Amino acid sequence: MKPGIAQIWDWLDQVPDPEIPAISVVDLGIVRGVAWDGDTLEVAVTPTYSGCPATSVISMDIETAMIDRGIEKTRIKTQISPPWTTDWLSDKGRAKLEDYGIAPPRAAGGPVRCPRCKSENLDRISQFGSTPCKAQWRCLDCLEPFDYFKCI
Amino acid sequence: MSAYFEFLLRMGDNTLILGHRVSEWCGHAPVIEEDIALANTALDLIGQTQMWLGLAAEVEGKGRTPDDLAMLRDAWDFRNVLMVEKPNGDFGQTLMRQFLFDAFHLEMLKGLTASSEPRVAEIAAKAVKEVHYHVERSGDTVIGLGDGTAESHARMQDALNLMWPYVGEMFASDDVDTEMRSTGIAPDLNQLRIAFDAHVGAVMADATLTIPDSTFAHKGGKSGFQHTEHLGHILTQMQWLQRAYPGASW
Repeated sequence: MKPGIAQIWDWLDQVPDPEIPAISVVDLGIVRGVAWDGDTLEVAVTPTYSGCPATSVISMDIETAMIDRGIEKTRIKTQISPPWTTDWLSDKGRAKLEDYGIAPPRAAGGPVRCPRCKSENLDRISQFGSTPCKAQWRCLDCLEPFDYFKCI
Repeated sequence: MSAYFEFLLRMGDNTLILGHRVSEWCGHAPVIEEDIALANTALDLIGQTQMWLGLAAEVEGKGRTPDDLAMLRDAWDFRNVLMVEKPNGDFGQTLMRQFLFDAFHLEMLKGLTASSEPRVAEIAAKAVKEVHYHVERSGDTVIGLGDGTAESHARMQDALNLMWPYVGEMFASDDVDTEMRSTGIAPDLNQLRIAFDAHVGAVMADATLTIPDSTFAHKGGKSGFQHTEHLGHILTQMQWLQRAYPGASW
């Protein structure tokens, strides 16, 4: 008995992003498709940034999670088109990011508020941060620096 | 060598060599934010290299992998422009080189998103998003340092004078470019130059820097005819492991 596609999406939603474990690979919007090809499960994954070193770890984590659920053959298909966009982050993922201390992306190009004290008095430190997908900002009220998940 | 293969090598070798150069700053930049920004930029460029050389290897069809192309070719088979080989120099020279390349790269990728080859258009659509961030930062830094102290201004003007003779090669059309343009794979370099000049002119004006009044251009990188002495030195570092331990993997 092969598990159904909805069940597999649910399992994938339990695979954490290796760099930002607060959200799942499904929350991140990088899983673009799930399909059975005979007895092989094919999962289409799109990279966030083209050189992101987490991409290969994510593929391995997905395969491992599927083996743990009894699926022996998983094929990861890397798909670069359409290119990943932060628009694909789930609402659940956005809320979890903020709880975790990372300001979620916003089309206007900067964070709405400090994820810690919720102040809107903010300043950009650098457009580049600890991973390719983040920028560094700081709060001018609580004075804490924080990561902002930048729009792409 | 087909023109299409050669064009893909040009794209991939530019990002590979510049990515390697920029990565040399890792752990050495003047402040941590700049260190991180340089490392991120290098990472994006290496990531883009995997896509361009991946496609190049497929198009060549001789069983070579993208790793073979990156690690087992010698200097004369590289097709990057000379500018990206230039040593890092001081921080100002690195950022000037980065901005001039980014401004070219942005226009090239924007043009390639409309390529007649869907695979090229897909890679360009992915890469252009990253390059928007590169050029925003390198342009801001050129302005900040150019319109900064007397010392930083003088260094940035020196950097511009040093790099300017390497700009022309990026836009100098040859047989490969002509074929890419006529088949709709790549945009017209003359059109890119117009957009480049407008962008660079505006940034240099804000940076209070003077663009040298010269059209002289060093050439020979993208044709592979004559690289600078620096490329071989880069390859000794970059390819050392695969040369000393052929086929090593982990």
